[in-house]
Amino acid sequence: MTSKTSTTLRILAGLAALVLVAAPLAMPTYYVSVATQILIFAVLAMSVDVLAGFTGRTPLCHGAIFGTSTYVVLYTATVMHMPLPLAMLLGVLAATVLALVFGLLAVRTSGVYFLLLTLALGLIVWGICLRWTEVTGGENGLRGQLRAGLMLSTRELYVAVAVVVALVTFAMWRFVHSPFGLTLRGIRDGESRMASLGYNVPLHLTIAFTASGFFAGIAGALYAVFNDFVSPSTVQLSQSVAGLLMAIVGGVGTLFGAFVGSFIIIALEQAVSSVTERWLMVLGLTFIVIMIFAPEGVIGKARLLMAGRGQSKTKP
Amino acid sequence: MLEVTDLHSYYGDAHVLQGVSLKVAPGEIVALLGRNGMGKTTTIRSIMNLRDPVVRSGDITFHGQRLNDLRPHDIAKRKIALVPQGRRLFPSLTVVEHLTMLKSASARDGWTVERVLATFPRLAERRQHRGNQLSGGERQMLAVGRALMIDPELVLMDEPSEGLAPVMVQHLEGVIASLRKEGLGILLVEQNLYSALALADRIYLIETGRIVHHGTAAELQADPASLQKYLGVH
Repeated sequence: MTSKTSTTLRILAGLAALVLVAAPLAMPTYYVSVATQILIFAVLAMSVDVLAGFTGRTPLCHGAIFGTSTYVVLYTATVMHMPLPLAMLLGVLAATVLALVFGLLAVRTSGVYFLLLTLALGLIVWGICLRWTEVTGGENGLRGQLRAGLMLSTRELYVAVAVVVALVTFAMWRFVHSPFGLTLRGIRDGESRMASLGYNVPLHLTIAFTASGFFAGIAGALYAVFNDFVSPSTVQLSQSVAGLLMAIVGGVGTLFGAFVGSFIIIALEQAVSSVTERWLMVLGLTFIVIMIFAPEGVIGKARLLMAGRGQSKTKP
Repeated sequence: MLEVTDLHSYYGDAHVLQGVSLKVAPGEIVALLGRNGMGKTTTIRSIMNLRDPVVRSGDITFHGQRLNDLRPHDIAKRKIALVPQGRRLFPSLTVVEHLTMLKSASARDGWTVERVLATFPRLAERRQHRGNQLSGGERQMLAVGRALMIDPELVLMDEPSEGLAPVMVQHLEGVIASLRKEGLGILLVEQNLYSALALADRIYLIETGRIVHHGTAAELQADPASLQKYLGVH
């Protein structure tokens, strides 16, 4: 593919993304609400992708980090009556600190051990949220009036979320394409090679884990405003699995695939659950089909197909 | 500069290095020669403290500073670079990304991206190719270029000529010789006797984890008995 066609394709993709983001504004509020959710969960999936796709460490605790931010925002804004911007800042800070602690514990492991350790850490957060009823409200959770306080309509909230998500996406893109991001890919490809080139691998992984938690925390803070409610189900394992599945369905290591994964999973969930209670079965089948026919995810597969076309065109 | 004294390294209970001692001075190419499985790569890994092996006794010093207890990245920060056996590039990174990962493209001090690409013009033509899209020779050039980007004072090269076409070996030998002129110390681990003889100032022969011969390249060439005994060369 020539650089000119590549630039044209990028511009077209950017325009298509703009149209897609603007499209829900012309739809009924229910769809605007679903689209808001898709954008928020895309950020969660991208934060998972920063670790899974760029360092080769697949986490199962990002739902807990995401939910911690949601809890902190709702608690500080509703119970402690702090201003919303400060509450959101504290939510993101709490998620970042939690990710730093998780990172310090987890980065010396890899593969299935990393997966299990992060799963266990996530379960601890879930257990705390369930049992520490004085603060978290236990199974009843915490309910707020954040949206009402902002006096934003569903459409206005969508636009606000879209702007934040665009900024966060740009920040993540810069992060993974920076020299630091390159070192993460180097670590994924060969840890001892990176060490012998002078890199402190555990330190780099801890920074990556913390940054990933920071982004998950932003998603959690947005979710607090969007949902106005948090309960242990927000921090439970299925939330972490959902974030991971979205990253995998879109394409691990593609970053933007998270939007596709989030769209497919949330749209399917909404569409199928209105028809049958067995929507999880349909979701499972869809996941199996994607894994069989496009194990590299939707965006990963599209890239492979385009690269194949480019190569066949250049053949004499 | 580098001084290894009475080094004993183990893989589990296997006593692989049994008292290896060697020295490398600035601007000197020292070759460590030996057959397969004699402990050449183990020596390099022990110097870089890459596990396994585990160093149980002996001293490794660089400019008089002990390296034994340092982690590999701390050793690399003391300007010791490794060109590992089999190149071991990052398959998903491009040529330029391999180099900019270590130093910004706009850096002007020491080895820069442009200087590496000028030293290896072939890499300049392949700058956007990924590690897994390069030929064996190009991979070796990139592995050397990557090591140079940390502005080393000492380069440990583990069988750089392995599997390369003669013309590539010649080019690489030219680069290694030019690095010596700039004052870099080079510890060259080789099976290729002729490449080592062409380049090295001094040569150590290693046999089952022990240094069994030490001398200049000329001395080794004049000692057919040692060549035959330890390297199987007639």
